[in-house]
Amino acid sequence: MPAPERVRVMDAAEIDRALTRIAHEIVERNKSIEGLRLVGIRNRGVPLAQRLAGKLAGIGGCPVPVGVLDINLYRDDVGQGTDRPVLRRTEIPFDVEGAGIVLVDDVLYTGRTIRAALAGLVDLGRPRHIQLAVLVDRGHRELPIRADFVGKNLPTARAEQVEVRLQETDGADEVVIVKPREAKAAPARKRTGKPRGRRR
Amino acid sequence: MRLLLRNGRVLDPASGVDDTLDVLIEDGRIARLEAKIPARGAEVADLAGLVVCPGFLDMHVHLREPGQEWKETIATGTRAAAAGGFTGVACMPNTVPVNDSRSVTESILRTAARDAVVAVYPVGCVSKGQAGEELAEMADMFEAGARAFSDDGQPVASGLLLRKALEYSRLFDVPILDHCEDSGLVAGGVVHEGDVSTRMGLRGWPGVAEDVVVQRDVLLAEYTAGRLHVAHLSTGRSADIVRRAKKAGIRVTCEATPHHLALTDEAVSGFDTNAKMNPPLRPESDRRALLKALQDGTVDAIATDHAPHHADEKNVEFSRAPFGIVGLETAVSVCLDRLVHGGTIGLPRLVELFTSGPARILGLAKGTLAPGADADVTVLDPNRRVTVDPARFRSKSANTPFAGWSLRGAPVMTLVAGRIVHDGR
Amino acid sequence: MKLRSPHLLGIEFLEPEEITAILDAAETFAEISTREIKKVPTLRGKTVVNFFVEPSTRTRSSFELAEKRLSADSLNFSTSTSSLVKGETLLDTARNLEAMAPDFIVIRHSEPGAPHFLARHCRSSVINAGDGAHEHPTQALLDAFTMRRRGRRFPGLRVAIVGDILHSRVARSNVLLLTRMGADVTVCGPPTLLPRGIERLGCRATHRMEEAIEGADVVMMLRVQLERMRAGFFPTLREYARLFGLDGARLRLAAPDALVMHPGPINRGVEIMGDVADGAASVILEQVTNGVAVRMAVLYLLAGGAERETAA
Repeated sequence: MPAPERVRVMDAAEIDRALTRIAHEIVERNKSIEGLRLVGIRNRGVPLAQRLAGKLAGIGGCPVPVGVLDINLYRDDVGQGTDRPVLRRTEIPFDVEGAGIVLVDDVLYTGRTIRAALAGLVDLGRPRHIQLAVLVDRGHRELPIRADFVGKNLPTARAEQVEVRLQETDGADEVVIVKPREAKAAPARKRTGKPRGRRR
Repeated sequence: MRLLLRNGRVLDPASGVDDTLDVLIEDGRIARLEAKIPARGAEVADLAGLVVCPGFLDMHVHLREPGQEWKETIATGTRAAAAGGFTGVACMPNTVPVNDSRSVTESILRTAARDAVVAVYPVGCVSKGQAGEELAEMADMFEAGARAFSDDGQPVASGLLLRKALEYSRLFDVPILDHCEDSGLVAGGVVHEGDVSTRMGLRGWPGVAEDVVVQRDVLLAEYTAGRLHVAHLSTGRSADIVRRAKKAGIRVTCEATPHHLALTDEAVSGFDTNAKMNPPLRPESDRRALLKALQDGTVDAIATDHAPHHADEKNVEFSRAPFGIVGLETAVSVCLDRLVHGGTIGLPRLVELFTSGPARILGLAKGTLAPGADADVTVLDPNRRVTVDPARFRSKSANTPFAGWSLRGAPVMTLVAGRIVHDGR
Repeated sequence: MKLRSPHLLGIEFLEPEEITAILDAAETFAEISTREIKKVPTLRGKTVVNFFVEPSTRTRSSFELAEKRLSADSLNFSTSTSSLVKGETLLDTARNLEAMAPDFIVIRHSEPGAPHFLARHCRSSVINAGDGAHEHPTQALLDAFTMRRRGRRFPGLRVAIVGDILHSRVARSNVLLLTRMGADVTVCGPPTLLPRGIERLGCRATHRMEEAIEGADVVMMLRVQLERMRAGFFPTLREYARLFGLDGARLRLAAPDALVMHPGPINRGVEIMGDVADGAASVILEQVTNGVAVRMAVLYLLAGGAERETAA
């Protein structure tokens, strides 16, 4: 099999600009950032949420708490042959009850991860509302889920993979589309925890 | 009826013969042993490359009939024996009812006369009802055909009873076969007490529970001048006791089983109930000591302790499974492969352990190919490769730890009184 | 991380990496047990049969709670040993359980090897919840988890296990696990209750309690049962307590921050004195709490077991 083609679609500056824009949209939508809480979905949603929190604090003038959500226990494919990802802890250092929450992830694809995250979040309490911010929306939804804030809409084929790499987790900031060389390549499977970056 | 066995290597340790000879059988007896015997109308079997031995005897077999015919019968057990190269078996008395009287002994022999394809030598009970309390009617059973006495399955627990048995049996000079086990010390043990029992959390059956009884029995044999035979010797210490006793002139003999010679307690790993027997498989040190006892003559006979059990009875939790394995159809191959090809003993010694050894203990005029002897013959192919396949056993039961073993050497033909009862050439 | 076997039959078959993976996963589940809603949907639609042939309230409750917190459907199938002896064989019981198509069978049985037997005859994942004197892997895992949560690291950790080693599946599983993880384990008990060749499992053995406890980082006491006295393993509980009971004076021989553990139920005044069981060093109740998290972790990891590996 020939090596797949890699096309960079966002660089560090573009990622940063997208996050800045999302931060402004969040403030605009919510009028104030008081009472706002960010929850990053492991793994790459977490640094994105932290970066967003920094930008929000700059715009709104007050710190925005960040929580970490591990959705593995809420996945709908337990025991279906997927590799057990390493279970990590959910760490939400604030009360979810009544909070306005922005869920943050790197790539929105089928929507299954977000469904699991919503299920995980509501088990922790009853938030006032939950909004969703993603760096990339690549389409191909399998559930009725949409993002409130999108860094970049990226039309893709199912056979392609979207790889988000971040400084904190991968040592560099970029978004890459990985295209298989062969037309008959197997459809992309969701894979998590790959050392090179999250491919979706 | 004349049969000529041609070109085989005739190996008869009892008469010191080991040569390529023809054997002429007439009217169920060995007629002549010579280099070249003309056929003159006799049926001829060419046994070039094979070894012609006196008929093998297994002096420790459970035929289960009467009473437990779902495990084995005299018909199936003796067919298993024939296929395994045996021309005669001694059957233990722990049937249902137990063989503790002339009528049961006679009944077994009547059934054998009808159903058996090899000779059957009943072993009578030492005690009435095998209850370990009062002597059974040994003289009656002896006259009916019993050739030894034993409460096998159980030890003769009472020293007093054993003393009386050893004394009383002097009337007809037959041995008392003791299953040496101090039940108190065994304390419900199911595997050898040692590393394996500790690792597996199974109750241990310590070797010393055999040794103390072997020692007691030897002392009583000395005191009474009776004939003692230690069944299925399993420990190095017991072998030492027997060795010393023999040296001291005490009338004691003993047997070892192929499984104690070929396996160790590691075989029960994985809770394999087909490796559960009594006495249990012992560690390598004991196994080695038994091999040494084979070499130096301490052990007089190899016997299988053929103990058939139905698959359902064995397919339970380890501790609940009955003790015992079948042995008739694996013994000779296991011994040829492990003992002879394994370098422990030579073929002549192995043949002795299966022929003249047990014949002497049971007082049978068997175990030799001398002219005039009954034409009980076992033919071996010492190099044939066989794979143990329990599905092909003639025995009703298949409880063997040797399933799937590839072994070098096999019995290929069995003759009882000149009649071919098994031919696997 | 995936466990190599679809079953948890004993520590014997676990690699150190697998043990670590279970303990890591248990951290996540321990967090869930502190939440308002102590339940996750992970094993929704999975069926677990708790097949207990030997009475055990606490292990069964712990498994049941673990199953409920993972949203599995659990079914308790308890039967006494005596009825099994009279009635159907374990093979038939296994087949009946199998016919209900459970995803897991958690088995407690008085016979060593019963879980292995079940695993041979069932397609379900079998979890050994204690088989006779053989193994009790989830107990050893929860003990290790408790040590780790208390900041103890296994390499070089000095652990004394005191009591009826001969009949103890807890001791066997703990010796296997702790030595595999690099701990330095000493077992201690009267000579009548120390099985032959126990050192071959990688631990040291002594009959002197002081020797076992001196400098120990963890002192694990085992329950001693009255029927052992009746079977002649020791003369009286009184004498046993005097020689092998853990009191304050003996505990002072251990490391200053030593942990006192016990798989329960404890016999106050026999193998452990009340003040020690209730004292600052005791983590006995933490063991109970941690048991649920560890059993959740085991169920979770086995749910993605090797058997179904090829499905993708």
